[in-house]
Amino acid sequence: MHRILGGLAAVLLALGLWVGLGLAPRDAVQGNAQRIMYVHVPAILTGYVAIGLVLVASVAYLWTRRAVWDRVAAAAGELAVCFVGLTLATGSIWGKPTWGTWWTWDARLTSTALLFVIYLGYLLLRSVVEDPERAATYAAVLGIVGALDVPIIHFSVEWWRTLHQPATVLKPQAPSMDPAMYRALMVNVVAFLATFAYLAIRRYRLLTLRAEALTRTIAGV
Amino acid sequence: MIEAIGLVKLYGMHAALRGVTLEVPAGQVLTILGHNGSGKTTLVRLLATLVRPTAGHGRIAGHDLVDGRDEVRRLVAVVGHSTHLYDDLTARENLAFAEALAGRRADAARIDAALARVGLDGQAGIRVCALSSGLRRRVALARAMLREPRVLLLDEAFSGLDPEGTKRLEDYLHAFKAGGGAAVVVTHSLGRALAVADRVAILAAGRIAAEATRGSLTEEALQRLYLGTTDATA
Amino acid sequence: MSPFLRTAWAVFRKDIAVERRAKEGANALGFFALLLLFLFYFALGPDGDRIRAALPGLFWLAFILAGVLGLGRAFALEQENDCLDGLILAPADKGAIYLGKLAGTTALMLGMEVAFITATGIFYNLDIWAAVPRLLLVALAGTVGFAAVGTLFAAMTAHLRAREVLLPVLLLPLAVPVLLAAVKLTDLALAGEGWGPAWPWWQLLLGFDVVFLVAGLLTFEFVLEA
Repeated sequence: MHRILGGLAAVLLALGLWVGLGLAPRDAVQGNAQRIMYVHVPAILTGYVAIGLVLVASVAYLWTRRAVWDRVAAAAGELAVCFVGLTLATGSIWGKPTWGTWWTWDARLTSTALLFVIYLGYLLLRSVVEDPERAATYAAVLGIVGALDVPIIHFSVEWWRTLHQPATVLKPQAPSMDPAMYRALMVNVVAFLATFAYLAIRRYRLLTLRAEALTRTIAGV
Repeated sequence: MIEAIGLVKLYGMHAALRGVTLEVPAGQVLTILGHNGSGKTTLVRLLATLVRPTAGHGRIAGHDLVDGRDEVRRLVAVVGHSTHLYDDLTARENLAFAEALAGRRADAARIDAALARVGLDGQAGIRVCALSSGLRRRVALARAMLREPRVLLLDEAFSGLDPEGTKRLEDYLHAFKAGGGAAVVVTHSLGRALAVADRVAILAAGRIAAEATRGSLTEEALQRLYLGTTDATA
Repeated sequence: MSPFLRTAWAVFRKDIAVERRAKEGANALGFFALLLLFLFYFALGPDGDRIRAALPGLFWLAFILAGVLGLGRAFALEQENDCLDGLILAPADKGAIYLGKLAGTTALMLGMEVAFITATGIFYNLDIWAAVPRLLLVALAGTVGFAAVGTLFAAMTAHLRAREVLLPVLLLPLAVPVLLAAVKLTDLALAGEGWGPAWPWWQLLLGFDVVFLVAGLLTFEFVLEA
């Protein structure tokens, strides 16, 4: 079943690439550099989805103590780091031709960088704690605390300084973007989410197989 | 009172307990003997609810070790390798803290009585770091007495005690048994095992290798039993 | 007093008593803060104006750095004789233990902060005395928030070899909102500004405190029992 999802994700990504790089109109102000938005924005949205999944799985793990949820959280956590990292990288690449600098301490980039560090810490915590059950519990608590902090960090850093483009997609009213660009963006968002789902399932299955192999070895004991 | 059914505990790939089943009814003492590494301390930690079993169940006075953790902790007192004492506080302060931690108002009279029972009334106001290890063990015992437990878990509690301390602990165990409590006593010493036990079990490589009633068991017989299990697992 | 409060109070009193009697003493934290004061001067001086301008930030840098040490100590003291096991075995509400630990760390940090603020006033000949009541309020709110999250992670890292590094690595990114709000509020307090501009920052700081206090109360037992 997940092969279908994988195929679909691949197709959507290809479509998104074509639409974003080719079909969508060239930005009047920023030129072709603006096209990186078609990767940058879906990446951070997917990152948020991953963080949300870590939160849900962490709560579920503490509630039920079932290892299934721990594996979901682990897979989601890894992908969160990947997608948030991708957001930072593309943001930086976007910044160079647009603002003339690789990094600005503007609100969105800064809070995204913080998220990256927090979830990198999440992976670090998992790797440092040896006892698997303890690692799962600690990671779950961090997963919850981190997710709770995401909106707080977002608002605090934004109040603290603002330089970034106003949120064109996440504004409550209609997005103030060229409709063709909007469509291209949406295609890419869906493509990224599908890719995330596929990767998460594959990663989860790998972790499950590993756990099953361990149980079999132990049963022989 | 104390029941263990197929308790298994794995630390990573290492199996500390491979399926331990035992039962200790009220008013009895079960002594457990075994080498280092046989799983004795792991068993005590499981029964004390300090760790969760990988498989199997345990019950203390009917409460499950995992689901009924809070109730089990109210009933059980542990005296083990670690004293769980704060070195910078006095013996009396440590006991007062233990009482307050459990949400009870610290009763000075009861605390002093417990300290007297272990022969520490003179040293109650001395910081624990200034006490010898044998005396520290006695403070830990006094704290256990203060809880008025129904189940007692002793892990090498006799080691390091001088003859007076040993006598006081033995006396307490007898009084505890007579009061309907159940106890598990882990020890290295065969003589000690015979002195306090109603039943003796020998733990080897994470399993109960042998069990016997105290009855008319002599020290030689116990030693043969003990060595027999080590040969079997060698 | 309810058993819950009795437990929390017992843990708080015990931590204070142990800190006061420990050979190193709570003074160590105070001295560390004072040392930071001198280090800041050597790093940013000798012109006092640069330091005066950066004062709110320097306050909170010092508080956070010393705070990480203080949090580490709160659980290091439980490592001796496996006292942490003793806490787990007690038939007590683990949330109450969390509260007691939090209160102890906050008290310790506040003491250090008061000393630091006083020393700053003296050494830089600043007229900050009018602002002191407000400064203390900010210090309290910021410290509680920092310690609320910090206590969780201090408990987690207590028995890890890499604890001195892992605690700040995990805690500091999460504590950034506290840093931002507290520095801003300290700045406004020192400048003698009214409550108007400070209000949104107070909301942020107090909101952070409440959210993570609740989160800590609910999740501490999982951390302790792990």
